[in-house]
Amino acid sequence: MSTTHALTDSRTMLRRNLQHAVRYPSLTLIVAAVPIVFLLLFVYVLGGTLGAGLGGPGGGRTEYVTYVVPGVLMLAVAGAPQGTAIAVAMDMTEGIIARFRTMSIARVSVLTGHVVGSVIQTLLGLAVVLAVALLVGFRPDADALEWLAATGLLALVAFALAWLAVAMGLASPTVEAASNLPMPLSLLPFLSSGFVPVESMPAGLRWFAEHQPFTPMIETLRGLLTGTAIGSSAWVSLAWCAVIALAGYLWARRGYERRPAR
Amino acid sequence: MGTSRDTAVSVTGLCKAFGSTVVLDGLDLAVAEGSVYALLGPNGAGKTTTVDILSTLTPADAGQVSVAGHDLARDPAGVRSAIAVTGQFSAVDDLLTGRENLRLMADLNHLGRREGRRRATDLLERFDLVEAADRRPATYSGGMRRRLDLAMGLLGDPRVVFLDEPTTGLDPRSRRAMWDVVRGLVAEGVTILLTTQYLEEADRLAERIGLLDGGRLVAEGTSDELKRLVPGGAVRLTFADADALETAGRVLGVPPGDPAALVLEVPSDGSVHALRSLLARLDDSRVDVAGLTVTTPGLDDVFLALTGRPTSEEVPA
Repeated sequence: MSTTHALTDSRTMLRRNLQHAVRYPSLTLIVAAVPIVFLLLFVYVLGGTLGAGLGGPGGGRTEYVTYVVPGVLMLAVAGAPQGTAIAVAMDMTEGIIARFRTMSIARVSVLTGHVVGSVIQTLLGLAVVLAVALLVGFRPDADALEWLAATGLLALVAFALAWLAVAMGLASPTVEAASNLPMPLSLLPFLSSGFVPVESMPAGLRWFAEHQPFTPMIETLRGLLTGTAIGSSAWVSLAWCAVIALAGYLWARRGYERRPAR
Repeated sequence: MGTSRDTAVSVTGLCKAFGSTVVLDGLDLAVAEGSVYALLGPNGAGKTTTVDILSTLTPADAGQVSVAGHDLARDPAGVRSAIAVTGQFSAVDDLLTGRENLRLMADLNHLGRREGRRRATDLLERFDLVEAADRRPATYSGGMRRRLDLAMGLLGDPRVVFLDEPTTGLDPRSRRAMWDVVRGLVAEGVTILLTTQYLEEADRLAERIGLLDGGRLVAEGTSDELKRLVPGGAVRLTFADADALETAGRVLGVPPGDPAALVLEVPSDGSVHALRSLLARLDDSRVDVAGLTVTTPGLDDVFLALTGRPTSEEVPA
């Protein structure tokens, strides 16, 4: 199978997945809706107190908005795999997947279509979340280059998690299982530096928060958008993305090949 | 098998087991190019598994398979490029309209935009789906779904088409429409391997029929050849009144089955000679025959005789 065909077929499958997203929009909407709810909850219910604890010069809610938005954006990215895994698991129950397997097309295109579709949906969801964040007072100080880098980082994380999500969808025997499997992933950002500084956590939890992938990702994003120190977080984030994407890709390929015909 | 024609599908010693359940147990098949071959058998005989293996969906445990000149084990991509499969489970995308489904297939066959659109439109017309083209398949009848399903397979210009129980669950009209489509494909030179549990379908469509039972062919041949394998022909005589029926029964030595029906079934090979002597004997006794039909054994008789079980023939009315 030539590379050109793999690209053309992936584009065809991507179009199919985007058509699905338009016709079955609830999965897309949830990507944006959940983080927005958390954004409002954290800013308006908890933000006053949490902001005071940050100990900055401004204090209070305004400072907390600046702190929490990168975490909420990453929360949106971490929530997307659930929708993707469900979409893949639903797809696998359809006879058309069996048809694809009997056709002379690039096999991986079924999976890349889902992955790229998931990234696009996530980025659209992020735009909505960001718009709400600006409305509630988020004032980033990023320049054009930093915005570009931030978008690239979010897309990269979304891409890596999408491969993992596709693999989870393939590994799930039912659509219900596909909905549950990525759940821990969407909770992980809460145990990171996204909502409160890790320094405020008890020792064991702090160690976990410092070493799990979402903390460097959020720190990098925070640095790009609001000018805090990034340090080694950028490289650690990229490494995590590479590892997650590769593992997800290999798992997904294996799952697709091993999946019974019907 | 026609000697002048090439073999489009050849299967030798095909075996497949799922766990300890043996589904195919040394299946041999040969389908001539441009012909219809029917695999006839009850549920569980291995029909769908055969189609799944031939269409590269399921790996075989053992055996040699060649489809359109491509070896299944060495060149599955070659097999895929030459085939289309329509299963009993519909393989259409329910979130796309009929036309979008066809365009999806056109793109996956790398037909190019203009050619893809043209072929999609042609197929919609040919399969009587023009009015439904821009609706989603969820609104289609069973027959329409099945036609869309087949049309999607044909966008790739297959040389061999596998039809797995193409008319199961369809009403008689949709079934006849599907048969017409199959005949049209054969007229274009496409080879068709179809599986069915309907004897009538095999009888009407197929040049050759293989009776599949317990994962192997128990008999194979044309419909007539198979019917000759078992006795069971008869002449059905109908009479105007009970007297004639009784006399005829006495003369021919056949007890009337149901006196009220005024019908007598006389075992016979149905040859002209046998008929002539039968009628001569009735004439001699001055018995008037109101009607006469010759019945030959049906495929169901053949199946029953060869397997000891009837097929699960449940043709929906």
